[in-house]
Amino acid sequence: MHWIFEPGLFSNDSVRTALLLGAMVSVVSATVGVFTVLRGQSFAGHALTDVATAGGAAASLAAVSPLVGFIGGGIVGAGAMDAIGVQRVKGRDIATGVVLGAAMGLTALFLYLVTLQSATTGATQLILFGSVFTVAPSTLPEVAMLSVVVLVGLVLIRRPLLLSSISVELAAARGIRLRATGVAFMVMLAVAVGLSAIVIGSILSTALLIGPPASTLKVASRFMWAVSLACVLGVVATGLGIVLAYDSYYWFPSHRGLPVSFFVVSIVVIEFALASLVGRRKLARAVVVQHDPTKAPEQVGWV
Amino acid sequence: MAGNDLLRVEDVDVSLSGRVILQDVNFRINEGEFTGLIGSNGAGKTTLLRVILGLQAAARGRVTVHGEQLTRSNRSIGYVPQKVLFEVDLPIRVRDFVALGVDGHRYGVFRRSRQTYDVVEEMLHAVEAAEFSDRRIGSLSGGEQQRVLIAHALVSKPELLLLDEPLANLDPGSVQEIIALLHSVATHQHVAILLSAHEMNPLLPVMDRVVYVANGKVASGTTDEVVRPDVLSALYGHHVDVLRVHGRVLVVAGENLDEQQAVPDHPAFVVE
Repeated sequence: MHWIFEPGLFSNDSVRTALLLGAMVSVVSATVGVFTVLRGQSFAGHALTDVATAGGAAASLAAVSPLVGFIGGGIVGAGAMDAIGVQRVKGRDIATGVVLGAAMGLTALFLYLVTLQSATTGATQLILFGSVFTVAPSTLPEVAMLSVVVLVGLVLIRRPLLLSSISVELAAARGIRLRATGVAFMVMLAVAVGLSAIVIGSILSTALLIGPPASTLKVASRFMWAVSLACVLGVVATGLGIVLAYDSYYWFPSHRGLPVSFFVVSIVVIEFALASLVGRRKLARAVVVQHDPTKAPEQVGWV
Repeated sequence: MAGNDLLRVEDVDVSLSGRVILQDVNFRINEGEFTGLIGSNGAGKTTLLRVILGLQAAARGRVTVHGEQLTRSNRSIGYVPQKVLFEVDLPIRVRDFVALGVDGHRYGVFRRSRQTYDVVEEMLHAVEAAEFSDRRIGSLSGGEQQRVLIAHALVSKPELLLLDEPLANLDPGSVQEIIALLHSVATHQHVAILLSAHEMNPLLPVMDRVVYVANGKVASGTTDEVVRPDVLSALYGHHVDVLRVHGRVLVVAGENLDEQQAVPDHPAFVVE
């Protein structure tokens, strides 16, 4: 392996912690992200990352765990969006925009106060762009527990959530409690955003939330395949990103490694580009087969 | 073939944001009956369907199914909404979407039973959607999507199927196919149909009854009882002519009517 990655990669505690953390967070973000994209709440998800930033900055000021700040901020933001009307299609952008603006203002204030407290820009860098190699191994159980809570919660509400994501009217007619289901999902979204902020920072956590699900929707024709593939793409992006970031320390004579978040986001973008190409080819072939009069009926369909 | 009394709408008034949308609505639907809910855009057809579904409260009156007061999410009523935009990349196969008609409202952890898969298969064949049941729903044509929405609504075995403008934006061939399919559902599965449309002509061969909505009021009965100049003139508050040309009906507007003439004593205005 010496000729691919520098030695000691997998025996390094920080790398092992980062990889475990990255895998858990990727699975949660991808699973929540598929519903987020289907529900058309990507903008709301992005706004929650900014609210999480304010929470992370506040936590830094109060000298508590950034994870508490990220998740606490996200949940407060989700509650504010719901109160303003994020569940209604027409009110969605307004609710998101108002909360986003308020969050950015608070973030500016808190980060300014953080820089007054500390002579370096390390805290600001950590909040905005993450620093997965500095996460203490003691954080892993908290992240694992929160991941399990979100995933179990999603499993419990998956069918009503899916039906309401496809059509609010159909879901309402079937007696689904739209408000309660929507609020529960927003809380899960806030937690997912907070978790991924730990790995790639609050500003870039949208990439893990939206990127892998958006890629899989280009190619998957079954819902469970979409969720599974999104998880795989998310884990690949974070895992490879962490490894490349570690290895980049040796790439330059100055021995200054590049940020994990840069690599993760770059891989997510590459995955999306490839998935778009595959999806386009698949769609073109399906259209050709549908209109081919020489095919027998059983041959018509996806190929 | 019509059966016993299934749905009754009695003395219903509906207001939205303080504005009266529907007033003194009375009609009934029998088991297995095909009823057209006819009216122009904005007449209140969707509002009336939402009242029947329990999604919109009536300011006055009552809606009963088999004589019992309606509750929200009544399992005996299936619904096909006016617009469902299926994105092309929605990762849901046709058969999976139809299965959500059985258990899409259920919270918790459970596995779909063999019986659920069987009834989904049966419904896909009933609406002639079996051949594209493994395709993404967003990749289907408008007519095919309507078939799938009908299967989704029928798979929970309702007694009454409400369809909100299912023929809008379909080509004439698809319109005929959907009407034939619904007529077959009413006849063979004995499911009563209440279909809203602004154009009644395609429905004339299959309609047992018409509920005509205009100007906030409703007239109901057979086509011959309702689609008459005196009844429609009273509904619209204008003189209206009804012309029949090659088996098609044309409703043509005329002059304003006097207020006193606008409320005739006609059976189409009372529940039978």
